[in-house]
Amino acid sequence: MNAPSNFTFVSSDRRVREDRRFVAGQGKFVADITETGMLHVAIVHGSQTAARIVSIDATRALEMPGVVGVVEGEELRAAVEPLMNGLDTPRVQRYPLAIKHVRYHGEWVAAVVAQTRAQAEDAAECVDVVYETLPNVIDTEEAYKPGSPPVHPAHGSNVLLDRTFNWGDIDSDFAASDHSLSLRVTWGRSSTVPIETFGVVAMWDPWSETLDVRASIQMPKYADQIARALRLPGNAVRVHYDVDVGGSYGVKRGIKHTVLVGYLAMKLKQPVRLIEDRLENMESGDAHGPDRIFDIEVAFNKDGIVNSMKMRAMDNAGAYAGRAPFQLGKPIGAIVGPYRINSVRYQAVSVTSNKAVQEAVRGFGQSPTNYAIETMMDRVAEFVGLDRVEIRRRNFIRHDEFPYLIPSGTRYDSGDYHVVVDKVMKHVDWDGLIAERDRLRASGLYAGIGISACLEPSGGNSSFEPLLNSTNTTTTWMESCRINVDALGHVTVTIHTTSSGQGHETLASTVIGEILEIDPDSIRIVRTDSLTSLPGNSPVGSRMAVMLGGSCFHAANKLKTKMIAIAAKNLGCAVEAVEYAGGAFHARDSNKKLSWLDLVTIAHRNYHLLPEGFEPGLEATNVYQVPTGNELPTADGRVQMYPCHSFEFHCILATIDPDTGKVDLRRYVIGHDCGTVINPHIVKGMTLGGIAHGIGAALLEEFVYDSEGQMLAQSFMDYLMPSSHEVPEVEIVHHCTPSPFTVMGQKGSGESGYLGAPAAISGAVNDAVRALGIRFNRLPMRMTAISDAIAEAKSNNAQSR
Amino acid sequence: MKAAAFDYIRPESLSEAAGLLASHEDARVIAGGQTLVPMMAMRLARPSLLVDIAHIEGLSGIADFGAYIGFGAMTRQAQAEKSTLVATRLPLLAAALPWVGHTPTRNRGTIGGSVANADPAAEIPLVLVTLEGSICWMSADGQGEIVAADLFSGPMSTEMPAAAILTEVRFPVWEGPPIGVGFHEASARRSDFAYVSAAAQVQVDQAGRCIRCTIGIGGALAFPKRLAGASKALTGSQLTAQDIAAGLSEDIAALEIMTDGHASSAYRRRVAGALAARALANARDHARGALR
Amino acid sequence: MKISLDVNGQKRPLDIEPRVTLLDALRDDLRLTGAHTGCEHGVCGACTVLVDDAPARSCLMFAVQAEGSKITTIEALAAGPGELGIIQDAFCATHGLQCGYCTPGMILTAHALLRDNPSPTRAEIVDAISGNICRCTGYGQIVEAIELAAQRLRGANLEAVR
Repeated sequence: MNAPSNFTFVSSDRRVREDRRFVAGQGKFVADITETGMLHVAIVHGSQTAARIVSIDATRALEMPGVVGVVEGEELRAAVEPLMNGLDTPRVQRYPLAIKHVRYHGEWVAAVVAQTRAQAEDAAECVDVVYETLPNVIDTEEAYKPGSPPVHPAHGSNVLLDRTFNWGDIDSDFAASDHSLSLRVTWGRSSTVPIETFGVVAMWDPWSETLDVRASIQMPKYADQIARALRLPGNAVRVHYDVDVGGSYGVKRGIKHTVLVGYLAMKLKQPVRLIEDRLENMESGDAHGPDRIFDIEVAFNKDGIVNSMKMRAMDNAGAYAGRAPFQLGKPIGAIVGPYRINSVRYQAVSVTSNKAVQEAVRGFGQSPTNYAIETMMDRVAEFVGLDRVEIRRRNFIRHDEFPYLIPSGTRYDSGDYHVVVDKVMKHVDWDGLIAERDRLRASGLYAGIGISACLEPSGGNSSFEPLLNSTNTTTTWMESCRINVDALGHVTVTIHTTSSGQGHETLASTVIGEILEIDPDSIRIVRTDSLTSLPGNSPVGSRMAVMLGGSCFHAANKLKTKMIAIAAKNLGCAVEAVEYAGGAFHARDSNKKLSWLDLVTIAHRNYHLLPEGFEPGLEATNVYQVPTGNELPTADGRVQMYPCHSFEFHCILATIDPDTGKVDLRRYVIGHDCGTVINPHIVKGMTLGGIAHGIGAALLEEFVYDSEGQMLAQSFMDYLMPSSHEVPEVEIVHHCTPSPFTVMGQKGSGESGYLGAPAAISGAVNDAVRALGIRFNRLPMRMTAISDAIAEAKSNNAQSR
Repeated sequence: MKAAAFDYIRPESLSEAAGLLASHEDARVIAGGQTLVPMMAMRLARPSLLVDIAHIEGLSGIADFGAYIGFGAMTRQAQAEKSTLVATRLPLLAAALPWVGHTPTRNRGTIGGSVANADPAAEIPLVLVTLEGSICWMSADGQGEIVAADLFSGPMSTEMPAAAILTEVRFPVWEGPPIGVGFHEASARRSDFAYVSAAAQVQVDQAGRCIRCTIGIGGALAFPKRLAGASKALTGSQLTAQDIAAGLSEDIAALEIMTDGHASSAYRRRVAGALAARALANARDHARGALR
Repeated sequence: MKISLDVNGQKRPLDIEPRVTLLDALRDDLRLTGAHTGCEHGVCGACTVLVDDAPARSCLMFAVQAEGSKITTIEALAAGPGELGIIQDAFCATHGLQCGYCTPGMILTAHALLRDNPSPTRAEIVDAISGNICRCTGYGQIVEAIELAAQRLRGANLEAVR
């Protein structure tokens, strides 16, 4: 790996310290928590796609064994505030339970509380709900039409967001180009679907007036949102960050679950727990991902140089806004991918429909966008008759052009795209790969090569919020850490968020160990709770290497500076004359030396030896603001989105069984550049896991709805996640282009792999069937659909001969 | 996702079990439970009584009766998978078993349970139909045997009398010259329910000519079906690609294909033909390989 | 219903409803929370335990069915409190996990595989774990962990023979 060689611990082959407890089954997940007197919740789900609730009768349910109570929407509405709405759409209100109307199949209508979950489920079956069916709308383009049945009549239409951005002189660029072409691609609704469902346990202590919340959460401002919704002071909600989260990849944001359970805990004065079961998780956990149609027009020269792009991205948000509209906003920060495209028109459309609600999904809209951009590049290559790698090379931003300002206002930090592609081409033996593809074709299979060159914006902020909602003026998006050295000289670090497998403890200890030159394994990392925390925003937007890493770096340096000042006084020299090495302090001009423990003792016990004005003890805190992105958007909608841009180049050889349509990924190579790697095992795992997730999105996974709004993929027998059989052995080609905007040159990698895999797999499948004259423009590409299309093409071709 | 409440009894004998089923209207037998338990968890099945036959003596085991191999209904699929008797005497079943669920479900799932559940996509019923086997049952009123062709009546339903217990599954053994088998499935992931599956077994003479042939299709239909016409037509042929295509065409065209959201009926018919041809070609090559 | 389960070598008396799955009995009644609830319909493998030494879905069995069988959970695999077994250590060496939710099931599956097949091929490892869905890792480092564990176990056995 090309890691900078001047690090001791950073980039080195060190174990991930979190792993030990998990391999022993000693993780502490939310469902492992029991509290005395804990009650269990089961949900009454709406059985209609769109309906008015005529009546809810819980009489029978309340007579069932173990039942403590039943709550419905009207009761909740009187007691809680609507859930936070990101857009300025005040009439699209969302509560944990349906109010008067159900807007999608399975929506939560009432909640039953009982002594056991089984009893609660027994009683939930006995809550009688009468509905009056209303017209529904499922299809995205139907929903966009004026006059479609409004999901929220008070809002007036199904359009949550419809904004067109013009960045640069699009019309001139189109007029000056040799050619243009248009295309449409569709990204089917899938999600991250962690193996642990969402769960939350809440308990209210009436004596301290505190709501304690333990949840499998990965969500910025979670405690604030709970307090706001439950009308509590912020300091009355304690969210515990030491709960292990069984996978999230963006979606574990059960705010509706938490507000419901928090309300029940306060009302019943007993601990209350809600753990989604798998059916709830899939149908009504409000954790689906983007559901998007892209219409693109692209202008280019005959040499393949792309000059301008018009993109309309229309997303089917589902019944409530959720995080869906913002997932159209974040990709603005990498709207031209790794390419020099002079001007862009981008129309972002988000519509409501009678489908389930979306949540943030890995990449926050970037993977669908990358799929659209990369399909566009393949189509331009085909049009001008250029090799697909060559056209990308011609359009890539060059290494010497960074930092590079794209038309939509983001300055890319760094990149070396040509070199990464060269390394992959060499590794994969490009000519040999083509020969292998042709050999497979000759053997009777459909075979294709797919490539994709994609960016992973990282170091997440929320610039998309003020961009799409002018009432939101947020530019702050911090992360924090606190380092304390105890009187025995041992280092304890507090971090302020939950973990869902990202390895924050390893990250923090590695960075701090690097700066303080002490063994990272000697550093204890503690996850606090929201009442004892510094400000932070949780691990979203591939941000923790950049943000927690940055915070740890600055806190450690602050601590070191403090220690050097103490040392200087006690060594009788100037601060500049103190040399720090391996935890000890030397005066450069004399033989005098202070050990780590000497210094700790002075700080903790010898106030008389401290420099004037120093606080006793040894601690340092840092609240780290996201690098770049500190300004509000301009009037024409330009803004610095995320600070860092990792690069990935995928190269795949795939075959398709000519009869069954099954796609087999025979070779999978990825070139990956995320700047300085903090821990190679973690980055590798993220990349491989992201690719597996991308394989699912490309070939297998979809929350399919029928025309009446029934969700058909309600179990793991219908929602198909890749098993070990479906994921090939992946070869990773490393490259390191440090970011100039971060403390160690690091960039994010939490979404790597996923951001380019669907595009590359689509490219491979389309290359395989090109000779048949057909294209697949929709993900996932199910084997049955592939086979049907091949059969139809063969039949048409036979007839036309 | 918790099952509705039920009672549970572990009878020690078949007659006790049969008596329980006769006296409780919505009682159900549980063997390995790998299909029934998820149905109960989703409350799609809600028996009032589960009669657990796992501990009835004599209901588990694999025995060679010469003309057929008999499997006690409780024989675990994993036990069959590891059995040398199955490997040597029932190569088609041996080829199909790795496709049944996953190792952990095969460790619990039973041969009898798979047949009694009659899932249209299940592999073991397909092999049973293809080999023209049979099952034995008993109830409080008596006992009987049903040949595979008459056993299945629709998705998840059989012609066994109500309140009967499937006690034994019998797979015929082909004696004599070399036999070969082929088994193929089209499924989204290796272990998923098959959109289509095909099983074939052939026997060849010293010249490699097919002297006995059977071919069956599963997954695409309400229940697995043996292609009797094709099986007959291909017997005596050299099983060339042309022979196979010609032999299959009529039966494939006549299949009563089941449709659902997973695969179109055109897909299922087309792929049924393709997989049947592959299974036959594999079986042919396998048998001829054994000649050498 | 009163039953007694043989779990990790101990007799554990229980009084539970027949409808309680083995998974829920282990987790809620015996407080062995290493087996995890993923789908409750037998697909994901997070609840895998060993029943009579063979991997099984504990969500696809009612606890009452398990009476008379030998149940082994992840809690029995560690050499001692704070000490890892060879397979567990191999998962740490290759980082064959992220969130840790599927991990106990994966390790029990690997344990059974390596007991029956000390030198599995990559394809055999892939097949063995195909019933355990991992959403984090893409399986690469899990396969590496099992390969490493197999190598170490073979080495350990050689040591014992010498």
